[in-house]
Amino acid sequence: MLWLLFSLVTATHAELCQPGGENAFKVRLSIKTALGEKAYAWDVNEEYLFKAMVAFSMRKIPHRETTEISHVLLCNVTQRVSFWFVVTDSSKNHTLPAAEVQSAIRMNRNRINNVFFLNDQTLEFLKIPTTLAPPLDPSVPIWIIIFGVTFSIVIVAITLLILSGMWQRRRKNKEMSEAVDDDDKCENFTIENGIPCDPLDMKGGRINDAFMTEDERLTPL
Amino acid sequence: MEKARPQWSNPLQFVFACISYAVGLGNVWRFPYLCQMYGGGSFLVPYLIMLIVEGMPLLYLELAVGQHMRQGSIGAWRTISPYLSGVGVASVVVSFFLCMYYNIINAWAFWYLFHSFQDPLPWSVCPLNSNRTGYEEECEAASSTQYFWYRKTLNISPSIQESGAVQWEQALCLILAWLTVYLCILRGTASTGKMEQLANPKTWINAATQIFFSLGLGMGSLIAFASYNEPSNNCQKHAIIVSLINSATSIFASIVTFSIYGFKATLNYESCLNKVILLLTNSFDLEDGFLTASNLEQVKGYLASAYPSKYSEVFPLIKNCSLESELDTAVQGTGLAFIVYSEAIKNMEVSQLWSVLYFFMLLMLGIGSMLGNTAAILTPLTDSKVISRHLPKEVLSGLVCLINCAVGMLFTMEAGNYWFDIFNDYTATLSLLLIVLVETIAVCYVYGLRRFESDLKAKTGRTLSWYWKGLWAGVSPLLIVSLFFFYLSDYILMGTLQYQAWDASQGRLVTKDYPPYALAVIGLLVASSTMCIPLMALGAFIMRHLRKGDATPVA
Repeated sequence: MLWLLFSLVTATHAELCQPGGENAFKVRLSIKTALGEKAYAWDVNEEYLFKAMVAFSMRKIPHRETTEISHVLLCNVTQRVSFWFVVTDSSKNHTLPAAEVQSAIRMNRNRINNVFFLNDQTLEFLKIPTTLAPPLDPSVPIWIIIFGVTFSIVIVAITLLILSGMWQRRRKNKEMSEAVDDDDKCENFTIENGIPCDPLDMKGGRINDAFMTEDERLTPL
Repeated sequence: MEKARPQWSNPLQFVFACISYAVGLGNVWRFPYLCQMYGGGSFLVPYLIMLIVEGMPLLYLELAVGQHMRQGSIGAWRTISPYLSGVGVASVVVSFFLCMYYNIINAWAFWYLFHSFQDPLPWSVCPLNSNRTGYEEECEAASSTQYFWYRKTLNISPSIQESGAVQWEQALCLILAWLTVYLCILRGTASTGKMEQLANPKTWINAATQIFFSLGLGMGSLIAFASYNEPSNNCQKHAIIVSLINSATSIFASIVTFSIYGFKATLNYESCLNKVILLLTNSFDLEDGFLTASNLEQVKGYLASAYPSKYSEVFPLIKNCSLESELDTAVQGTGLAFIVYSEAIKNMEVSQLWSVLYFFMLLMLGIGSMLGNTAAILTPLTDSKVISRHLPKEVLSGLVCLINCAVGMLFTMEAGNYWFDIFNDYTATLSLLLIVLVETIAVCYVYGLRRFESDLKAKTGRTLSWYWKGLWAGVSPLLIVSLFFFYLSDYILMGTLQYQAWDASQGRLVTKDYPPYALAVIGLLVASSTMCIPLMALGAFIMRHLRKGDATPVA
């Protein structure tokens, strides 16, 4: 009689937890990938811990505060390590809706990961999407700041160069006009037959236009 | 009173300017690609032969012409023969087109440089999609570096017809790039650039082409630089030095690029293997860590025999990972510089530092090239008395920069990269070959090789050896003519021209045909520079005839 009851219970349990069953989720762990040499073996005790974490997550949902570890059923554990699980209600006849289980797991995903020293990629709940961390978005993008700095430096350098070029030209014009003044001064000083004396004192010298400059060596058309 | 021509303060400055012009982005992203596609180390043989037979002589010729005539390209060729001023104009036109599109590369380099100061580097992670459940699909389909290039930097449209709007971020970077160029040219020329060109099937053709364009012949920049030399300068020595350094830089850059290729290929191969291992482990619920790269084939065989039906389901998803096929994928141009290199950098330690250094280097190379290109335009303009009387040099440089910047906004639009490829591939290929051919013939046969030789001897005091004479008069023109016909026949045989468009849904490039107006632009680009030569010759002929007609009644 007892044996019959036992087999009935396990049969019901088996029916509730099935690969691809209603409200069932597949879990996949990659312990060796995550931990390498420090990997622990997946045994019945780890399964118990997993059941405890799922029950803990379910308890955080309103109206499910009485979920027990025995309500969480695991089946089809493979070498991979992967298995399916369902959460049943207190009567152990029905499974809790997938949406509730999903939201419970999502809310506590971080804590479940940390218990097993895994992360979202190595402890996968298939069909439960992970919430990815949002990227840091500073109010002013960094590149604009650096662009602004470079831009200002270039503008300042251009302005300085243009201004210094103008000053140099003004100074040269002043020198040339001074040279012209000296010219007049010299002519006023000593003129004989209209030719100024001391032409060698002048800085510029004179250009003899009768002598061809280099550029005009080749006669144009 | 004639103003004295400005001069380099010492010959070393001139050499550095030429090197800076010749060494440019093509050394980094074209030469290594050619090496890989045409036999690796053995490509060096045709390359070095072409360097000695074609590169050095033509470089020497251009420097000698510039130094002897002491004018920019237009004035120099007009002095040699009035019918040939078209050659100078053609050079200026080509340089103008080059200036228009080349600076966008510097804009991209600035963009990447400014984005290198973040942790993590923005091209190393995919952004999240709208409901934060996964990554953006385009990023998943392609890779994070490709996504950053095609979506965040270019915001590329699916085809050249869909122009889209001007991207303000790129426009800002372009303006900054032009301001930097203006800053550098404000006080005098000092830079050089290089050009990378279309591929051609044969190895020797490619070696010849690479040397030709790598040295920047025919653009007028070398003539411009040399025109500021003292007449007695030994430009033969400088020509050899510049071409050797240019080639040495190319070879050095290949060594670096090959190690980057290898690194990336190994990374991709290992990630491919890991994906296959994960797929098999999950499908067959094998023990985690059981499948490794070494026993993969064995286990695959075992699984195929033990679970045939399940294996046949999974089989189409299993990719054949091969290191050779990863190594065979060679990339050149902007794809190499901005995708492959940035992918390699993101996997290095302290990636921000390497990223900053790398994009700073790209900037230096690019700005160096731009300075040579602007010199090619500005020197003839400042030489012309008409223009330089009315406009001071600063205003002239500013105007040139402004016009080029305005036109360059075309390349910041969504379809801008497709137009960039058009300009990059077609502006200078045929035109430069024709220009340099006419230059060589002009110096050797119109001006007279003996006359040129005696001029050089009078100025520099050294005789021209038979080696240079033979190459200038015979070998180099023949080579250029054969290159020219090869390109022409290649274009004609290829049929409709096609381009690579980025498909956002698939996350890869697809081939499309150019629309008719794009083909018209290509034709215009080629024609506007090459037609200068015959048109100006015709114009000079007509002017001469008219003047003779006026002169005869008086005589």
